[in-house]
Amino acid sequence: MAGTWGRFNVVSLVLGFAFLYLPILLLVIYSFNESRLVTVWSGFSTRWYVEMLNNRGLMDAAWVTARVAFISASVATVLGTMAAVALTRYTRFRGRLLFTGMVFAPLVMPEVITGLSLLLLFVAVSFDRGFATVTIAHITFSMCFVAVVVQSRLISFDRSLEEAAMDLGATPLKAFFQVTLPVILPAVLAGWMLAFTLSLDDLVIASFTSGPGATTLPMKIYSQVRLGVTPEINAICTVLIGLVTVGVIVVSLVSKRRHLLRQ
Amino acid sequence: MRAFFSSTTSRLVIAVPYLWLLVFFLAPFFIVFKISLSQPAIAMPPYVPVFDFAEGVAGLLRHLAAFSLDNYLWLLGDPLYANAYLSSLVIAAVSTLLALVVGYPIAYGMARAPEGLRPIFLMMVILPFWTSFLIRVYAWIGILKPEGLLNQFLFFLGVIDKPLVILNTTTAIYIGIVYSYLPFMVLPLYASLEKMDYALIEAAQDLGCRPLAAFWKVTVPLSFPGILAGSMLVFIPAVGEFVVPDLLGGSRTLMIGKTLWNEFFSNRDWPVSSAVAIVLLFILVVPMVFFQRAQARARERDN
Repeated sequence: MAGTWGRFNVVSLVLGFAFLYLPILLLVIYSFNESRLVTVWSGFSTRWYVEMLNNRGLMDAAWVTARVAFISASVATVLGTMAAVALTRYTRFRGRLLFTGMVFAPLVMPEVITGLSLLLLFVAVSFDRGFATVTIAHITFSMCFVAVVVQSRLISFDRSLEEAAMDLGATPLKAFFQVTLPVILPAVLAGWMLAFTLSLDDLVIASFTSGPGATTLPMKIYSQVRLGVTPEINAICTVLIGLVTVGVIVVSLVSKRRHLLRQ
Repeated sequence: MRAFFSSTTSRLVIAVPYLWLLVFFLAPFFIVFKISLSQPAIAMPPYVPVFDFAEGVAGLLRHLAAFSLDNYLWLLGDPLYANAYLSSLVIAAVSTLLALVVGYPIAYGMARAPEGLRPIFLMMVILPFWTSFLIRVYAWIGILKPEGLLNQFLFFLGVIDKPLVILNTTTAIYIGIVYSYLPFMVLPLYASLEKMDYALIEAAQDLGCRPLAAFWKVTVPLSFPGILAGSMLVFIPAVGEFVVPDLLGGSRTLMIGKTLWNEFFSNRDWPVSSAVAIVLLFILVVPMVFFQRAQARARERDN
């Protein structure tokens, strides 16, 4: 079928990927610009990276974000995996329809609604807003993304493996941890990474649920962007893009290697 | 089929995520609804509570009397809100259509690519999705502003002699939404196009159908589940979008997500912003349910 991959398809892919990548590429290039004017090139420089590292507020926010993302992704992975198991293994329990709805609704729920509603919950129970509330908010929406990723893997999982383990005397719990989990592990890890980056990215929900002392990096970036585009922001964005790209590539290489090893 | 876990374990597996979502996802909506019925107050929190269970039945009844639809009437009375809802729906619909037009050729090209290349293209579509939404929207400010890179480039080509004004217009919002939600459109489209049997196209052409007609009559209907899923995944969040209209749309463009944000953070009017959220939720419930039904059907087909 190689002949059917016509010129039209090649052109649309080239244009499509140019559209997807050019803006990011330009942002990265201009982070190395010497001038304070972001869009006028005046020479190569790494001064904005130095300024970024010396910007105390930005670095504090980065540290808060890293901790929130790590904790929320880890808890969300456990809860999301449980939800995925519940959805695939138990076709009948009371309130299953509501449960399915609650797992899928946050995926498309506008962030302003999720953010506002969580904030009003925390205020209603007089829970002080800060690090903990942002983390809880992030767990809540990212666990649903984890559930969807893990569920799609669980659906295609061959259950006879589990049954074989149990026939050989393993308890169901042991069969899950020793047979099922290793097989679905790539999906669980992908879910963790997705939850981590979602937390890293989130501006709207964090703005609603955060409190004093828990300013996250996107909140900090947003407040600086509102004052104008600065090369320093380009620099921190470039660092984030670099980290995420390396992370995604490493994970995909590792899972490919695992795949090859198993064959 | 034998019980997978012992009953205690299975109850825990269901109950823990269930309870979490009940407390942190469902319950908050009732609180939003409650506050949308209350009066604003200059206090912290800035609203008069509508009911407080601590006061017993008498207190409850007294508070029920204080129930007020003022905030909803306020939304109805001020054309600002109606316009914001309407323009959000229009902007989201137009952006969805644009994303479909931009995304379809990409998904089609990917699905027809040699098999070895497909995972790489798939990865290339997903990768921008992993980078921060805020960063991707921010990147467009530098491109679209009057002295930005796009205008510089067009000057260089000699196409224009005075800068195009794109930033702070609806056009910038379209670009921003299409750009940030494109992977959501491409992935479901690709999934349904990749499964398609291209022998059907060949059959249509053998029977005398011209390529373009074959595309409209065979390919497009067969990829319909993908079109639907992709469109919902773009449309629903786009209606309530905040970051794109705020950073690219300027102060004159109106979208409900931004209105809610301003009502909350600038005016500190919690009851009105709750009412805005409840109305938005009602508007979106229809497409959401529709989307979930379609997803459930698709999953059943796959099984």
